[in-house]
Amino acid sequence: MSNLLVADKITKTYQHHMALNEVSIAVPEQSIFGLLGPNGAGKTSLIRIINQITGPDSGQILFNGKPLASKHIEQIGYLPEERGLYKKMEVGEQALYLAQLKGMEKYEAKKKLKDWFERFDIAPWWNKRIEELSKGMAQKVQFIVTVLHEPKLLILDEPFSGFDPINANLIKEEILRLRENGATIVLSTHNMGSVEEICEHIALINKSNVVLSGAVKQIQQDFKEGIFNIQFKGNKIAFTNALWTGAELLDSTELDGVTNATVRLLNNTQPNDLLKAIIPHVEVLGLQEIIPTMGEIFIKKVQEEKKEANHE
Amino acid sequence: MNKTVLIIQREYLTRVKKKSFIVMSILGPLLIAALMIVPVWLANQDEDKQVIEVIDETTLFINKLENTENLSFQYSYSSLEDAKADLYSSKTTGILFIPDVAITSPNTIQLFYKKKPSSSSMGYMKTELSNTIEDKKLLDFFQISKDQISAIKTPVRIVSSKLNEDGEEKQSGGGVAMVVSFASAVFIYFFIFLFGVQVMRGVIEEKSSRIIEVIISSVKPFQLMMGKIIGIALVAMTQFLLWVVLSSVLVVGVSKVFEDEFGKAEKNKSTIEQFNPDASKLDVNQQENFIAKVQSNLEMINFPLILGCFLFYFLTGYLLYSALFAAIGSVVDQEADSQQFMMPVTIPLIFSFVIAQTVIDNPDGSLAFWTSIIPLTSPIIMMVRIPFGVPWHELVLSMGLLVASFIGTVWFAGKIYRVGILMYGKKVTYKEISKWLFYKN
Repeated sequence: MSNLLVADKITKTYQHHMALNEVSIAVPEQSIFGLLGPNGAGKTSLIRIINQITGPDSGQILFNGKPLASKHIEQIGYLPEERGLYKKMEVGEQALYLAQLKGMEKYEAKKKLKDWFERFDIAPWWNKRIEELSKGMAQKVQFIVTVLHEPKLLILDEPFSGFDPINANLIKEEILRLRENGATIVLSTHNMGSVEEICEHIALINKSNVVLSGAVKQIQQDFKEGIFNIQFKGNKIAFTNALWTGAELLDSTELDGVTNATVRLLNNTQPNDLLKAIIPHVEVLGLQEIIPTMGEIFIKKVQEEKKEANHE
Repeated sequence: MNKTVLIIQREYLTRVKKKSFIVMSILGPLLIAALMIVPVWLANQDEDKQVIEVIDETTLFINKLENTENLSFQYSYSSLEDAKADLYSSKTTGILFIPDVAITSPNTIQLFYKKKPSSSSMGYMKTELSNTIEDKKLLDFFQISKDQISAIKTPVRIVSSKLNEDGEEKQSGGGVAMVVSFASAVFIYFFIFLFGVQVMRGVIEEKSSRIIEVIISSVKPFQLMMGKIIGIALVAMTQFLLWVVLSSVLVVGVSKVFEDEFGKAEKNKSTIEQFNPDASKLDVNQQENFIAKVQSNLEMINFPLILGCFLFYFLTGYLLYSALFAAIGSVVDQEADSQQFMMPVTIPLIFSFVIAQTVIDNPDGSLAFWTSIIPLTSPIIMMVRIPFGVPWHELVLSMGLLVASFIGTVWFAGKIYRVGILMYGKKVTYKEISKWLFYKN
């Protein structure tokens, strides 16, 4: 699969600080790419460079293999984190205006808008002014405006903020549907649940640098620490003794005679070795490997960086 | 469609469709029409007729005081005491008491009234009394009659012409020029302010509603800024045209309706003149003089030039200032914060409006010259000077400088705008803004 968007060693310096330091990312075509990082890490700077709102000091962006140029604007849809619409303008009129700014013909834009409004259940709002809408309603309009011109690349900055769970789900479905239809999506969010759920690849930016990137599944595998949950019936002391030097007991709780223990495997012990050691002593009900969540990885990685910075 | 055109379209249409625009378009001409009509209407307001009983102990004034539309005089020989006692039982409304010492000490004349006569009636009585006393004194002391006096009255008019180096004489318009120049100064000042601030508001609106980032991911900030400035310029032109058309329709229409009233005012004047033939003679003389003066003034003024220059200075001045206003809008988060940046921009504008009066008095002075060349003041001051005649080279210099500085300002404003619109929650200082000018894109 080829990459739709490649950022190659992008550096951007503002007056007092460096926002991006030789940042490189590669977004495969027709995938959902998570752009993660704590506040102020440089995500927005990168997104603005991709949208050609600002330019990089050095490095280059390739769009579909070609250096990014102003003609690509029409193939990109951007939902900024700080978003809004003209409050006094009517919904339909405004959506048409923004669509035309993205290079759509008025007639075509109108037809597609009607479809989207039907699907999002907001058709009756066509002639209302934005200020009369609830925040969620306005967000729906904003989302439609972002994707209406069927961009090849969609950059969504916190797309779920401001939505109730039902509408957040609706937006998620739409994002997946757009991907099915051929769009590539860059998702910048702090909502790690949705990252695990829908992103295939991520890049974690911290303090202007990419500190982690790759496929979500792979990263989770890489961050495994050999921690397992074991449910068993039987004597807890016997269980602990059976672990011996093969594993370390981290935590255990007992409920109705069933003990739930968390252990970390040591010294290259494999799950099978562990089972062999404990089966003679207790009745094993279950064993699951604990895969770290993206949230945990995020926190771990960022704190690691912080520690390193403190040591320096 | 070109995106700048789209932006211009939106800026124009949303503003023209606004209620405030429609209200202003109607109120403006109404106000102008009212300014022309109300004074005439007021002048024709009927005052209750006053009947003044004149008790003249000097007998000098008997039958000398002329009745007017609102005043009629009755001469009586009863004593002041009797007249006072009878005032409320008779139909007279006032008693004018002229004691016998009135000629030597005119401050002793008294008026008793039931209802106060209007100040114009009072003024009329005062003038009539003092005229009569003066005539009497002239005749008594110098043996000169009133007719002799009016025969020697000589109105003088100076025809002033500018003598060019090549010997060409050029008359400059006087009063009419003054009116034309003042009117254009007011218009330009008013429109630059009104619509320049609208540009600023528009920018702040986009910033505070946070739509700005959505838009500049589709168009360049410069396109957005220019689209806004041009769109609002078109709104200003529309408003101006509407005012011109509507107020001329209104004034013509109203003067048709009020023709009778105007006629009555004229007739009024002529009745006064009938009773006072000398005054009327003088008046007619003056009137003819005035009309001739206005006509010759009008001929002296080059109206196509004025109109052309008006449009030029109006537009270029607006563009220059609105670029600055756009830059101001981009660096603040809300209108209340704009004060500190507004000051330096509005001061030249207010200054040029203030000195306009001085420039009218002395349109070729060095103050007038410099302020009509310097770009920030020239849109107003040059318009003030043009009706009085301005050498071509000065006009060309002023226009050239204005256009050049307009281009410079737009470039400069564009630089600030580009950075400013994405800057939130930060109190911006002048020092910081000056750094933005050197940002790479």
